[in-house]
Amino acid sequence: MQRGAQLAQDELNGKGGIMGRKVEVLFRDDQLKPAVGAQRTKELIENEKVQFIVGGLAAHVQMAINEQTKKSNVLFISTSQSDEISAKPDTSPITFHEALNPTITSRVIGKWTCDNLGKKWWIIYADYAWGKQNNQVLQDTLKANGGTLLGSTPYPLGSAEFSAHLPKIQAAKPDVLMSVTPGADNIAFLKQVRSFGMDKQMKLAQPLLWIAYLKEGGPELYQDVHGALNWYWELQDSIPTAKKFVEASMKKFNMPPGDYGAYSYSGVMEVARGVELAKSTNAEAVANALRKSPTYDHFKGKQWWRACDNKSFQDLWIMKGRGPGKAKGEWGLADIVAKVSADEKYDRTCAEKGHA
Amino acid sequence: MGDLSLAAVLPQIFTGLVLGMIFVLLAIGLSLIFGLMTVVNFSHGALYMLGAYFTVFVLTYTRSFWLALVVAPIIVGTLGLLVERFLIRRLYGRSPDDPLLLTFGLSLVLIETAKLIWGKVGLTLDPPRELAGAVNLGFMAFPAYRLFVIGVTVAVLIGLWAFVTRTNVGLIIRAGSRDPLMVRALGINLNRIWLLVFGIGCGLAGLAGALAGPMRGAYAEMGVTMVIESFVVVVVGGMGSLLGAVVAGIMIGQVVGITTFFAPKLAEIMVFVVMAVVLLIRPSGIFGEAGLAE
Repeated sequence: MQRGAQLAQDELNGKGGIMGRKVEVLFRDDQLKPAVGAQRTKELIENEKVQFIVGGLAAHVQMAINEQTKKSNVLFISTSQSDEISAKPDTSPITFHEALNPTITSRVIGKWTCDNLGKKWWIIYADYAWGKQNNQVLQDTLKANGGTLLGSTPYPLGSAEFSAHLPKIQAAKPDVLMSVTPGADNIAFLKQVRSFGMDKQMKLAQPLLWIAYLKEGGPELYQDVHGALNWYWELQDSIPTAKKFVEASMKKFNMPPGDYGAYSYSGVMEVARGVELAKSTNAEAVANALRKSPTYDHFKGKQWWRACDNKSFQDLWIMKGRGPGKAKGEWGLADIVAKVSADEKYDRTCAEKGHA
Repeated sequence: MGDLSLAAVLPQIFTGLVLGMIFVLLAIGLSLIFGLMTVVNFSHGALYMLGAYFTVFVLTYTRSFWLALVVAPIIVGTLGLLVERFLIRRLYGRSPDDPLLLTFGLSLVLIETAKLIWGKVGLTLDPPRELAGAVNLGFMAFPAYRLFVIGVTVAVLIGLWAFVTRTNVGLIIRAGSRDPLMVRALGINLNRIWLLVFGIGCGLAGLAGALAGPMRGAYAEMGVTMVIESFVVVVVGGMGSLLGAVVAGIMIGQVVGITTFFAPKLAEIMVFVVMAVVLLIRPSGIFGEAGLAE
C-alpha cells in the first residue's frame, strides 16, 4: 500500500507538484488496530499538519481514522473494504471511499458464480463484521438468481482450523463452496479443502482474491479458485494507463503494483486532482471539487464518485487461479476470466445508505 | 442441523481427534512445566508458532520434511532451555505471577519478531509427498497427513510415558513435582531437572507447531488462541497431570468437532462451557490433585 502512494508522490512531483507545491506523503503504520490508527491519525494532523489522509486496510481501523479526520475537518480517502464508510451515520461530506465494498464484490461474484459455476452453494464465512456482511449479500444474491443455499457456516476469524466443518459440507454436495476467509485463514482453508479432496467435488469461489496470499499460497493451492479483484497488473496488456502504472512500479520496486497499492495510488492521485480543481487545500473545497467533476481515470479506466455518498465506482475483474505450470513469472498467478464494468446498481442505493 | 447417523458423526469424531492431538501436545508440555515448576508458561503459543516457522525454515534449506520435523522441535526446545536458564530462573521463589507476566511479554516479543523476520502474510508449507493424498477409511476420504499426526502424537506420548515412569530422571521429575524440598534434601540438583523439563515442554510445543504447519500454514498469530485453548485443556485435565492433559486434550478436540457439526457458532464457547462444568464438579480438574494449583 505504501508503494502505491510513493509512486503517486513521485509522479506528481515529477510533474512539478500541485500548484507549484511539492507533495509529501507521510506513512504511519496503524498495526491493524483501531486505537493505533486513531492515534497516528491524530498525530499526523496535529503534529505533522497533514492536510489529507489516504489509507486504511482493516474496516474497523478505517472507521477509527474517519472519526479523527471528521473531527479535525481533514479530507479522508479510505482504501479499506467497508459498507459503513460511505453510509450514514459514519460517513461525512469529506469522507471518500476509493475501495470496493462487501456489497459490490459479493453481488458481482455472486451473480457471476450463479451464471457460470452453479446454483447450489455452501457458504463458509469468518464470524465478524466483514464476513457477516459478505455472507448476507451472497445469500441475497443467490436467492435473487434462483439458486439454492445448502448451508452457511460461520467460523471464528483467525482459527485456521476448518477440518471439523468440512465433512458436513462434503456430504451436502454443493456445486460451489463459497468462502469468506480473509488473511492467513484463506490459505489454511484452501489447504484443508484440498487435503479432504473437496476441490475435485465442487467449485471454489470467494468474494475477493488477495494477490499477497495468492503469491504466498502458490499456484497449486489457488488453481481454479475464483474471486474478484479491483486491479491486476496484467491489465497492462489491454489498458495503456495500466501499462504506465506497472512500468513505474517495476522500475522503482521491481515488482508490479498489488491490489491495495492500486487503491492508495489512486487515492493520492485523487487528492492531487481535487486540490488542483479547487485551487485550495481546504477539505470542503476539495470535496466539492471532486463531487463537481467526479470522473477520473488514473490507471485502470474510468472511475467516478457518486455525489450522494462519495463512493468510487470502478470496473472489477473476475479472476481464476492459474495453476502450476501456467504461472507467468513470480506475479502472473491468475487469469482474467471476465470484466464487470462499473455500475452503481451493484452498491446499495443512496436511499438505502441513508442519504436523502 | 444435520442427521444423527453414524456416517455423519464418524467423520466429525475423526477430525476432532486430530484437533485433540495438537491440544494434547501443547497441554502436556504446559502441564509438565506447571507440575514441576509451578510456572504458567504463557509463551507456549508463540513457541508453537515458532515450531511451524522453523519447520518451513529447515525445509527450505534441506528439502526434507522429516528432518525438519525433528530439527524444528529441537530448536524450539533449545530456545526453551535458554529462556529457563537466563530469564525464568531469576524469578524462582517469587510470586507465580512473575513468570506468567514474563512469559506473556516474551510471547508478544516473539510474535512481533516473527512478523519482522518472515512478514505479516505468513508462510505456507505442504505435507511431504508421501502423505499428500487422502486415505479411504470406508466412511470418508481422510487426509493421510492427519492420520500421520495421530500416529506421531501417540508415539511421542508412549515415549514420554516411558521416560517419566521408567528412567531415573523421570523418577526425579515425578518426585520433584510432589515434594521439591525433600528431593533437594536428598542431594539432587533440581535446577538441572527444571531446565530439562522446561526444554522438553517447549520442544513439545515446537513439535505441535511443526505438525500443524502443513495443515494450517505458519503465521505470527497462530498460537494466540491455541495457547488459551491449551490452558483450558490443562485446567480440565487437572493442573500438572500428564494423563489429564491427554484425556482432556482428546475430549476438547471432540467437543469442538461435534459442536461444529451441530452448531458451528457455539464451537468456541462450548470449550469454555465444558471447562466450567468440569470445574464445578471437580474443582481441581479430572485428574488434578487438590491443592497443587494454589
